[in-house]
Amino acid sequence: MWSIGPIGFAAPWLLLGLLTLPLLWLLLRAVPPAPIRRRFPGVALLLGLADEDSQSDRTPWWLLLLRLIAIAAVIVGFAGPVLNPKADNTGTGPLLIIADGTWADARDWQTRSDRIAALLNDAARQGRPAAIATLTNPPADVTFQSADAVAQRLPNLEPAPWEPTDTSWVSAIPEDFDTFWLSDGLDRESRAPLLAALESKGSVTVFQSPRQTFGLRPARFEDGEVRISATRTPIGNAVSTTVTAIGLDPAGIERPLAKATLDFDAGAPSTETALSLPPELRNRITRFELTGTRSAGAVSLVDDALRRREVALISGSGDAEGLELLSPLYYLREALAPTADLIDGTMEDILLANPDVIVLADVANLTAAEAEGIAIWIKKGGMLLRFAGPRLAASDIGRASEDQLLPVRLRDGGRSVGGAMSWGEPKTLAPFAEGSPFFGLPVPDDVTVNAQVMAQPDPTLAERVIAQLADGTPLVTRKTSGEGQVVLVHVTANAEWSTLPLSGLFVQMLERLAVSTRPATPAAGDLEGTIWLPQHHLDAFGRLSDASTEAGVTGELIATAIPGPDLHPGLYADEDQQLAINVIGPQTTLATAQWPARIPVEGLGVTQETPLKGVLLALAIGLLLIDVIASLAVGGRLRGPRADVAATIMLMFAFAGTPADAQNDDFAILATSEVVLGHVLTGDSQVDDIAAAGLVGLGNTLFRRTSIEPGPPIGVDLEQDELAFFPFLYWPITGDQTLPSRAAYAKLNRYLRTGGMILFDTRDADTARFGSSSPEGRKLQAIARSLDIPALEPIPNDHVLTRTFYLLQDYPGRYASRDVWVEAAPPGAELAEGMPFRNLNDGVTPVVIGGNDWAKAWAVDRLGNRMFPVGRGQAGERQREIAYRFGVNLIMHVLTGNYKSDQVHVPDLLDRLGQ
Amino acid sequence: MTQPLALRAEAENLASPLPPLLAEAEHLATTVLLGDHGRRRAGLGDTFWQFRPAQDHDEVRNIDWRRSARSDATFVQDKEWQIAQSVILWVDQAAAMRFASDDNLPTKAQRARTLALATAILLIRGGERVGLTGLRLPPKRGHAQLQQLATILSQDDDTDYGTPDAQGMLPHSRALFISDFLGDLAPFEAALTKAADRGVRGVLLQLLDPQEESFPFDGRTIFESMTGSLRHETLKAGDLRSRYLDRLAARKDHLRHLARTTGWQFTTHHSNAAPSLALLWLYQALERQT
Repeated sequence: MWSIGPIGFAAPWLLLGLLTLPLLWLLLRAVPPAPIRRRFPGVALLLGLADEDSQSDRTPWWLLLLRLIAIAAVIVGFAGPVLNPKADNTGTGPLLIIADGTWADARDWQTRSDRIAALLNDAARQGRPAAIATLTNPPADVTFQSADAVAQRLPNLEPAPWEPTDTSWVSAIPEDFDTFWLSDGLDRESRAPLLAALESKGSVTVFQSPRQTFGLRPARFEDGEVRISATRTPIGNAVSTTVTAIGLDPAGIERPLAKATLDFDAGAPSTETALSLPPELRNRITRFELTGTRSAGAVSLVDDALRRREVALISGSGDAEGLELLSPLYYLREALAPTADLIDGTMEDILLANPDVIVLADVANLTAAEAEGIAIWIKKGGMLLRFAGPRLAASDIGRASEDQLLPVRLRDGGRSVGGAMSWGEPKTLAPFAEGSPFFGLPVPDDVTVNAQVMAQPDPTLAERVIAQLADGTPLVTRKTSGEGQVVLVHVTANAEWSTLPLSGLFVQMLERLAVSTRPATPAAGDLEGTIWLPQHHLDAFGRLSDASTEAGVTGELIATAIPGPDLHPGLYADEDQQLAINVIGPQTTLATAQWPARIPVEGLGVTQETPLKGVLLALAIGLLLIDVIASLAVGGRLRGPRADVAATIMLMFAFAGTPADAQNDDFAILATSEVVLGHVLTGDSQVDDIAAAGLVGLGNTLFRRTSIEPGPPIGVDLEQDELAFFPFLYWPITGDQTLPSRAAYAKLNRYLRTGGMILFDTRDADTARFGSSSPEGRKLQAIARSLDIPALEPIPNDHVLTRTFYLLQDYPGRYASRDVWVEAAPPGAELAEGMPFRNLNDGVTPVVIGGNDWAKAWAVDRLGNRMFPVGRGQAGERQREIAYRFGVNLIMHVLTGNYKSDQVHVPDLLDRLGQ
Repeated sequence: MTQPLALRAEAENLASPLPPLLAEAEHLATTVLLGDHGRRRAGLGDTFWQFRPAQDHDEVRNIDWRRSARSDATFVQDKEWQIAQSVILWVDQAAAMRFASDDNLPTKAQRARTLALATAILLIRGGERVGLTGLRLPPKRGHAQLQQLATILSQDDDTDYGTPDAQGMLPHSRALFISDFLGDLAPFEAALTKAADRGVRGVLLQLLDPQEESFPFDGRTIFESMTGSLRHETLKAGDLRSRYLDRLAARKDHLRHLARTTGWQFTTHHSNAAPSLALLWLYQALERQT
């Protein structure tokens, strides 16, 4: 391909045609524009008038230039210009194409894939055998195959969300080969040995793009706010990127919960920002994402590290003033504030906030509603922690029977030991038994108990005690209820009854009870011997997938926190804790890969070949169109007698299709300026004419007898016309009409749902009963199958149609069948008191279906004469009259809805007015 | 052999303009209200005009004794002058008249026929006799004459420019010439001179299309007459405009001068103007002379 700069030509010889342009210039210049022939009687006056300018009228230079450019565009266009024609990578021998295939590749994996495809394409053209691989999923053994065959496996190549480590497979390849290495641009230790191994086999070419790679580090919780940091390479100018916190909303739907901006200063490798969130929101965050980057490095999963338990503190002595150190909640607050979010408020508000733990310090009396609410909350997994105190001791809850909000029954009074007025020493704690959540905590000697509430001995008492005093009396008791639990500490939460709240043990006990939050990452020692079950896996593109069916991983592996083929990044859980393995760790820094000078590094971008032929030919056509207009203008054809025609034709070319809107507007204005009855066009012109004539007759009747003054009826094409303008559609069914299209059905259903009414008329009541016994009936069934038609019933005698204007019991048209069906009344309708009809107040029936051929009974011709006979003689005229009355009632029903039905309340209303 | 269908179509085509032409002319004629007294002067006639004191030259039998008995003087009864005047029409039916620059405009011929016929209707209603020049239709009165007028006026002529026929003009009659006067003026001069010799007075109505008045052309153009016999090619039509307009003005001047010397009246009417204006002018001009 011959090329000039970035443009190559498929058929460069055609460009010689450009040499003809000067010749063309001369020719076009010599030939004046063609004359117009005009009939003009005044020519007699012109005879003998010579042109002042004897030179022929030349085409103006700009028009010539326009034409020449157009012709040049044609010539160049047919020469097949291509922007960025592909240069070939030549070579011989086997070719290995490897990509790093890490998370950093994922963002533009498609580009890499395209590049590999292009390389394979070249290899196929040169007949080189090839193989492809990613370093993160190295193949067991590399076999070089025909590049075409390899190209088919290209879609299988996927990046993995970890770093490549193993490079030994390269040296296992027996033959020599050249390598194309698509680098992800990140520096790592495994690169140098791999490069050496590859170079020992043949030449290496590296493809690397200079774009920036971002890594989002795990979020930390510090000083009441969430700190998010990110790193990048190569370090460049100031960049601003957005990080989104994603989590479940209260409805359980995943959505962005918060956004923050990460601003990298120019030359700074990393940046940090802080996000201050209410705890409810913060606890719902499941991951952070760098917006707009599809890569596992831009996603940071959130485990328990950010999660802080919400603890609601309620004390019974709201009226106690002063003396903060005596407050029942003071020590709890001190112990919990660093690790948990504390909530204060009334019980109702607290239950709405759905905290993890509610602490009731010496609260004895709860209202029934509160108790009920707490019980439900516990059953759903809440934890109720109660502390005893004078009020609880003095009250009588949990005395006779076990209270549902207390783990054990309590004995009256409680006891006091070691006081001034009592004998015995203050009691100390017994070591915690195995199986107790406190097992293993050291018991300090200085914790003494002076007073406590006593548990009633019960068969269940022993298993509910999780901490006891040295004398065996329970100190902490617990019972489970649903998914939650109730824990009672038999002493006060302040230092009144015991020194427990003053000791470090208090804090540890709260932590063990999962009242306070545990430290985020368990120590390696804690993880030993544990098995963690994967919950979600993160792929290289930053997508989460459910991994609950995968095998668990050992705690030792988790402790390394280095993702690899054995440890997918993702969310792992053991019994009560979640741990996130992220691609980017808290200390990860990114660096750009540096290559030795001997390695050729190419850009990654496959410059897309852009054929310019179409553009140039379109340009030529555009120029020629301009030339048409310009020629007309120069030749005087844009003025003079036919100018309007020329302009119109040109405008039609330029804006073909615009008049349709105006037409639609006309239709809309026509249909909405008055009440207009519509009839559906069936395609059978005779039926359509009769329907139109019928609606004219009905309209005349309405005009004369009622306040409805409809305009001339309009035939409605279901496929094209808007239905919403018509309150009423008459739809005669013919046996051979086509079913409406899907769009038309959508329109019809919207029409029916939004209050339109369709009168289906099968026009066969003389020969068929209601149903499918006639072609029209079957066609109606076919049409109605996709319509949103409610349950139907024959018009009941108390239907509002029987009294919207005239009192009717028959609905004849040209035929007098009684099979006319409307929407069924709701099943619960009752007989109105003192009225012969039921209370059917709601809605206009969306359809009326019958076969009485009403249109023929209503139809009048232009002179107002009846078009069709109805019945015989006087009785027939009576039937026609009733048919008109039915039409009047129908339109009244359409336009006034259930107004007449409301009249059943008139006696009541009059009654009320009378009082 | 003529196909019957084609013949019929042709015949209908031929006949079709008549009723519309008549109707249009009638319609146009209704725009002019005729007074009760067509002449409004004393003369020979049947209806009473005025009493005037008897003069010496009045014969005694002319004295109206009933009127004279009421006073001392003698009075003579004058009758309204009711002698009918003959009006001869000439309408240019040449091809040049069949030009209309716009579909919305009538052709000059159509406008000319309408005006001529409307004038004829008015004149015949006024009791005058109307005919055509050139012995084609001698002046007569009555509805049948109108029908014949319409028939003859509907015919087209194939020559490029019309030449008036000065034959058959009754002495001291009135004449109405409608043409575009774009052809050779010599026949007109001859006809007018001849008419003036016979004491015929009349009206020249020049009917022009707006395009003929404005010459809105540009670019390289070949102008052809309606039959194609005359043609003129120009390279820049725009350059000719001023000279064309000069020539047109000169022609109008010439016509006006000719009319003045022969005692005729001259005006120019454009086919995009309302026809009633021209009709009113024609009627007044003709009446002034009768």
